[in-house]
Amino acid sequence: MTDQAYNFAYLDEATKRMIRRALLKGIAVPGYQVPFASREMPMPYGWGTGGVQVTAACLTPEDTLKVIDQGADDTTNAVSIRKFFERTGGVKTTTHTAEASLIQTRHRIPEEPLRADQILVYQVPIPEPLRFLEPRESETRKMHSLEEYGLMHVKLYEDIARHGEISTAYAYPVKVEGRYVMDPSPIPKFDNPKLGGSPAIQLFGAGREQRIYALPPFTQVVSLDFEDHPFMASKADHDCDLCGCSTSYLDEVITDDRGGRMFVCSDTDFCEARRAQGHRGRLSPEEAV
Amino acid sequence: MKDLGNTALLQVAGLSKYYGTRIGCEAVSFDLWPGEVLGIVGESGSGKSTLLSCLAGHLTPDQGRVLYNGRDTVTMSEAERRVLGRTDWAFVHQNARDGLRMGVSAGGNVGERLMAVGARNYGAIRGSAIDWLGRVEIDADRIDDRPRQFSGGMQQRLQIARNLVTGPRLVFMDEPTGGLDVSVQARLLDLLRGLVRDMGLSVILVTHDLAVARLLADRLMVMQAGRVIEQGLTDQVLDDPQAPYTQLLVSSVLQV
Amino acid sequence: MIEIENLSKSFTLHNQSGITIPVMEGAHLSVLPGECVALTGASGAGKSTLMRMIWGNYLAAGGAIRVGGLDITKAAPREIIALRRDTLGYVSQFLRVVPRVPTLRVVAEPLLALGLPEAEACARAAQLLSALNIPERLWALSPTTFSGGEQQRVNIARGFVHGYPALLLDEPTASLDATNRAVVLGLIEQAKARGAAIIGIFHDEAARAQVCDREVDVTEFTPASARGAA
Repeated sequence: MTDQAYNFAYLDEATKRMIRRALLKGIAVPGYQVPFASREMPMPYGWGTGGVQVTAACLTPEDTLKVIDQGADDTTNAVSIRKFFERTGGVKTTTHTAEASLIQTRHRIPEEPLRADQILVYQVPIPEPLRFLEPRESETRKMHSLEEYGLMHVKLYEDIARHGEISTAYAYPVKVEGRYVMDPSPIPKFDNPKLGGSPAIQLFGAGREQRIYALPPFTQVVSLDFEDHPFMASKADHDCDLCGCSTSYLDEVITDDRGGRMFVCSDTDFCEARRAQGHRGRLSPEEAV
Repeated sequence: MKDLGNTALLQVAGLSKYYGTRIGCEAVSFDLWPGEVLGIVGESGSGKSTLLSCLAGHLTPDQGRVLYNGRDTVTMSEAERRVLGRTDWAFVHQNARDGLRMGVSAGGNVGERLMAVGARNYGAIRGSAIDWLGRVEIDADRIDDRPRQFSGGMQQRLQIARNLVTGPRLVFMDEPTGGLDVSVQARLLDLLRGLVRDMGLSVILVTHDLAVARLLADRLMVMQAGRVIEQGLTDQVLDDPQAPYTQLLVSSVLQV
Repeated sequence: MIEIENLSKSFTLHNQSGITIPVMEGAHLSVLPGECVALTGASGAGKSTLMRMIWGNYLAAGGAIRVGGLDITKAAPREIIALRRDTLGYVSQFLRVVPRVPTLRVVAEPLLALGLPEAEACARAAQLLSALNIPERLWALSPTTFSGGEQQRVNIARGFVHGYPALLLDEPTASLDATNRAVVLGLIEQAKARGAAIIGIFHDEAARAQVCDREVDVTEFTPASARGAA
C-alpha cells in the first residue's frame, strides 16, 4: 500500500530527473564520478542515502526490489530500506537474487550471477579512490582528468612494503575501460572479478559526498596490481559451515566466548537456496528424519 | 656533459609576473645550457622565488616565453606541463615536507615518480629505491620508515632522491640547504655537486646564501626588486661585482 | 697560447660615492706554448688583477685576452667554464672547497669533471699527493683542516692533476719547505716540457730564475693617474 503523502519512491520527479541525468552521464563515461545534488533523506548518512536516491530514481512500480547489507537480507539496514520502498513506492520486494529486478547493496555482490534485466545499486561511503594519499579534492579531480594514477600504486606499494603482500582486502581500486580509476565501494576484493563483464547495469551512489558513477553492462574492469604481486581475489580458506559451499565469500561468526567460531556464506539468500537443495555443512543441524 | 652543445635546454625571454600593480619579476631573459648550474641570488622579496615558480610552471607568467627543448611551457597544456614535471623536471623545495609525502614510507616516496610513469614491478621499484637511498647516503634499512622519523638533512636528501629517480634533465631548487645545520649543509652540497656532475643535470638554484651559490653555481643572476640587475660567471659576479646592489650584497657577507 | 692586447681595467666603487679607480691600461702580453712568464712589480701593481682577468673572475674594461683562441673578455660564461675545464688551470693562493669532501676527491675533481672514470682520476690524484708529500692518512680528510702549507700543496696538486695547455700560478712556492718547493718547480718544468703556456707570480726569486723564461713588469701597465697616487 503506497503511502499517499509521498510521491512514488519518496523523491519528487524533478529530483529523480536530476539523478537520472547524472546516472546517464555516469553510464556514458564509465568510472567517472559525476557530481549530483544529493538530497536529505530520512535516514542518516552512512546508511545508504546515496544508494537509496539512485534506487528511487531507477525504480518503477513493476520492479521487484532486493536489499542486502554485507550479503544479508535480514539486517537492520537492509530491512529498513526494503520497508522504505514498500511504503513509499508500493513495490514488490524479495530476498531472492534471481527474482529481483533491482538490487541495492552495501558491501557485496550477490554470489548468483546477475542478468541483463537487473540493476545493481551500490551504497558508497567514500567514492574517491585517491583520497587515501591526496586530501585535496581539486588535486584529485585534476589527477583523474589527466590520468595521473601513480599514487594509486603507491598505496599498493605501501601495503606490500608493510605486510609483504597487498593487504587491501576491500574497496580494492580498479581501472575502468583503461581510463578511470574507481573505488568499487567497500566490497571485498573477492567480488572484484564480478565487476567486469557483468550483463547487469551497476550504479554507485555516494550521498554525503554527492557523487554518482556507473559501470554499463560488459565493462572492462581491471583490479590494479604489480607484475610480481598480481591481484588475487581471496576469501577465508574454509567451506561454509551451513551449506558446505567452498567457493562463496564467507563471514566468520563467533559462536561463544570459548573461542568457538563458524564460517558461513555472507550471501544469506545463496546459502539458504543451497540448503534447500540439500547441501550440508560441518555444523548443519542433524536432519530430523 | 663534456659536449658544449649548440641548443639551450631552457630559453627564457621577457618573462614578467605581476601581483596587481606590484612587480613579481620583470623582463627576465636568459638561456640555460645542458649541464649548467644557474644560481639566482638576491634578498627576500627580490623576485627569485616568483621567477622560479614561473619557470617551473607553478605560476603563470603575465608576459614572456619559456622554451624547454624548444617547446613553450607557458602555452602548452597543463597535462603536458605536469608530465614534464614528473619526468624531465624536478623540483626540490626548501622545506622537505613540501616535497615529500610524510605519511608514505621512504621507499614509497622514491618509487612514486617511477609508478607515475608506469613502473609496475614491485621488486624493480624497490630495487631502484634502495639504489637511490644509497646514492643520497640513507641506509637501505630505513626504506620502510616514514620521513617524519628522519632528521632534517635526511628528509632533504630523501626529497632529492625522490626527485632524481626518473633521471630528470632540469632541476629547480629553492633554497635546498636553507634551514639545515652548517655541517649538514656541507654534506648536502657535496652530494648535489656529485649528482649534478654525474647525471649531467641542468639546475636553476634559488638561494640567498652566496657561499652556497659559489660552491654550486656555474653562473649567477642577481635579482633586485623583480629585475635581473647583473649576471655572469659565478666567481666574476662575486669577485668583481659591477652593479651597486651586487657590490653591497657581496660586501655585506662576512666571507664567501 | 695566451695573448693579451691593450687590456685595461678599472674598479667602480658604487658604495663609496661611486669613485672609479683605473688600475690597468694598455696591457699586452703573449705567452707561447712551453713558455713560462713571470709577472713582476711591487705589491699592488696589479699582478693578481691581471691573473684574475685571464682567469675570468675580473671583468676587463677594454682590450682582449685570448686563451687557446677564446677571447675571455667577450666569452659567454659557459665558454669560460669549458675553457677552465679543458684548457686553463689556476693555482691560487687560497683553497676553496666544499667542507667535508676528502682531499683525494678534491684533487681528483678536475678529472671527474672531464669525464674520467673515478678510479683513474683518483689514481692520478694519489700520485700527485704522494709526490707532494701529503701523507696518505690525510687523503680521506677534508683539506679545510690542514695547515697552510698542506693546503697550498693540495691546491697545487689540483692545479696539476690535468695537463692543462695553459696555467696560471699565483705564488706556487710560497710557504713550502725546500723539498716540496723542489717538487713544485719540477712539476712546472714538466708542464713546460709538455708544452704548457704558463704565467706565474713568484716572490721567490730563485724559483723565478729557475723556471721562468722571461719577466714582465706589470708596473708598465699602471695608468699614469694611478701611478701618481701610488
